[in-house]
Amino acid sequence: MDDKQQEKPGSATADSISQEIEALAVRKLAEKFPGLVEEVIYFRGEITVLIPKDKVIEVCTFLRDDPDLRYNMMKDMTGCDYPEREQRFEVIYQLYSLPYNQHIRVKARVGEDEPMPSVTLLWHAAYFQEKEAYDMLGIKFVGHQGLRRILLPEDWEGYPLRKDYPLEGYH
Amino acid sequence: MSRSIEESTNELAGYGLMPSPNDQRQIVDAQHDIFKQEVTLNMGPQHPSTHGVLRLLIDLEGEIVTKITPDPGYLHRGMEKLGESMFYNQFIPYTDRMDYIAAFTSEQAFVIAVEKLLGVTVPERAKYIRVVLAELQRIASHLLWLGTHVMDIGAITVFLYSMREREAILDIFESYCGARLTLNALRVGGLPQDVPPIFKEKVREFIDGMPAHLAEYNGLLAENPIFLRRIKGIGVISAEDAISFGLTGASLRGSGVNYDVRKAAPYDAYDRMEFDVPLGTTGDVYDRFLCRMEEMNQSLRIIRQALDQMPDGPVMTDDVHIAIPSRDATMSSIEAMQRHFIITLKGFTAPAGEIYAGIESPKGELGYYIVSRGGSIPYRVHVRAPSFINLGAIPHMAEGEMIADLVAVIGSIDIVLGEVDR
Repeated sequence: MDDKQQEKPGSATADSISQEIEALAVRKLAEKFPGLVEEVIYFRGEITVLIPKDKVIEVCTFLRDDPDLRYNMMKDMTGCDYPEREQRFEVIYQLYSLPYNQHIRVKARVGEDEPMPSVTLLWHAAYFQEKEAYDMLGIKFVGHQGLRRILLPEDWEGYPLRKDYPLEGYH
Repeated sequence: MSRSIEESTNELAGYGLMPSPNDQRQIVDAQHDIFKQEVTLNMGPQHPSTHGVLRLLIDLEGEIVTKITPDPGYLHRGMEKLGESMFYNQFIPYTDRMDYIAAFTSEQAFVIAVEKLLGVTVPERAKYIRVVLAELQRIASHLLWLGTHVMDIGAITVFLYSMREREAILDIFESYCGARLTLNALRVGGLPQDVPPIFKEKVREFIDGMPAHLAEYNGLLAENPIFLRRIKGIGVISAEDAISFGLTGASLRGSGVNYDVRKAAPYDAYDRMEFDVPLGTTGDVYDRFLCRMEEMNQSLRIIRQALDQMPDGPVMTDDVHIAIPSRDATMSSIEAMQRHFIITLKGFTAPAGEIYAGIESPKGELGYYIVSRGGSIPYRVHVRAPSFINLGAIPHMAEGEMIADLVAVIGSIDIVLGEVDR
């Protein structure tokens, strides 16, 4: 984290060891799921992988269980709204491998009324975090054992983190 | 003539002064039935033991907790939405108010994330000062955790002892940035000003006196049989489950998993600090307690090293696009004054891209996921709040325990509601 290289976003220079090893994840994903990864971004020593939402569970299971990758902790999970896109939401998973001390970011795009597979069976941490993504953005996770609002009152209308929801709110 | 108890009871029962033996039997049976009664209890949001406005719905069977449903959100202020509406430096006071017990590390996480996004290097002196302040903040946070946790369990004395130590730390912060709790002590690129000349002396005085106080707390608690009975074997979580729940900090290390962000991904000057990371074995409340107590000790060690190694030099990066010029420069040079205006009024621009950066806050790994589309305002600021994620493990840890143990478990997770709800 104190390695501040002046890289352009999108450049694929792998001159730090961490990028070489993280590129292992990209290579293995390309082997196991040929043609699936839509985009790979290297930026500031981090790696981001964009996959289609229907394959989220398979890809995450592979990343978690493969003995060379072992991304066994889901550090963070959130959503982001890009309203100008056809599939307006992006669900972002920050995965971390404790044995190898490696990070990877997995992203999947999902539209407003499309169902999103839930990863609660892979990591318990997803239970709360998917609730929050639903609460704030309205992303519906299929397979979640109790998708309800968590931070806002149950009868709240609207999804505040969407870009068309005003900062001051409606009340 | 001596009479048996039964005879006396029957006589009194005859006068209506005591329940008859048959009634007595029925009363005792009814009391035993309470242990099988199923009740849903509402704990909070106003409750002295939930460490903030946390509501828990507890399904009880007698004294045993069968199901817990945490209902957070009573302190939700929309921080992530606010982060999308202001410059990076303007968001720093908001980060203070999330983890208000440990405001410095709360800011540090955001500032380090933005510095990673910008690709900015912080000068060496600033790194060391940040380490000193962060470790002081860790001790202050753990002191508050200690006081409130053991007070909930019943050891009320320790609370004011730990507050006394915390006062010394808050005075040090006040001498640096003018504030005790919500500090606004960092800027992107370094520190807004250097530490006052008396700083090193005050910090050394504090860390020299601290080991005696830690010995006091250990003397009161570590071998106290009542305390140990209350917390040993309670709230156990295995290493595997802890990893699956995304636990971090002492809650994870109590289960034996060796993960500390200061070692795994060192930031500021931590790569030059020598310190140990305490680990537990069983993952119960007692192990988490011991981890945090030892972390305070290790923090003293880190502070001593950082004070000894601290070089002289500037405390703000010399990147002119990011650094707000010092007051001297602003008042004497027209270019500096122009820069001051522009950076204050228009903010600095960040490159397009997204990053995640985490630090070891006293509560666990506090991280920020920032998406920038260029410009001076972030597109998305997401806080990876350790308290929120650690809260998710409460049902797993406390179901099957008695309700009095639930209070001990909540304290051992060390949550702060400002961070849970944001």
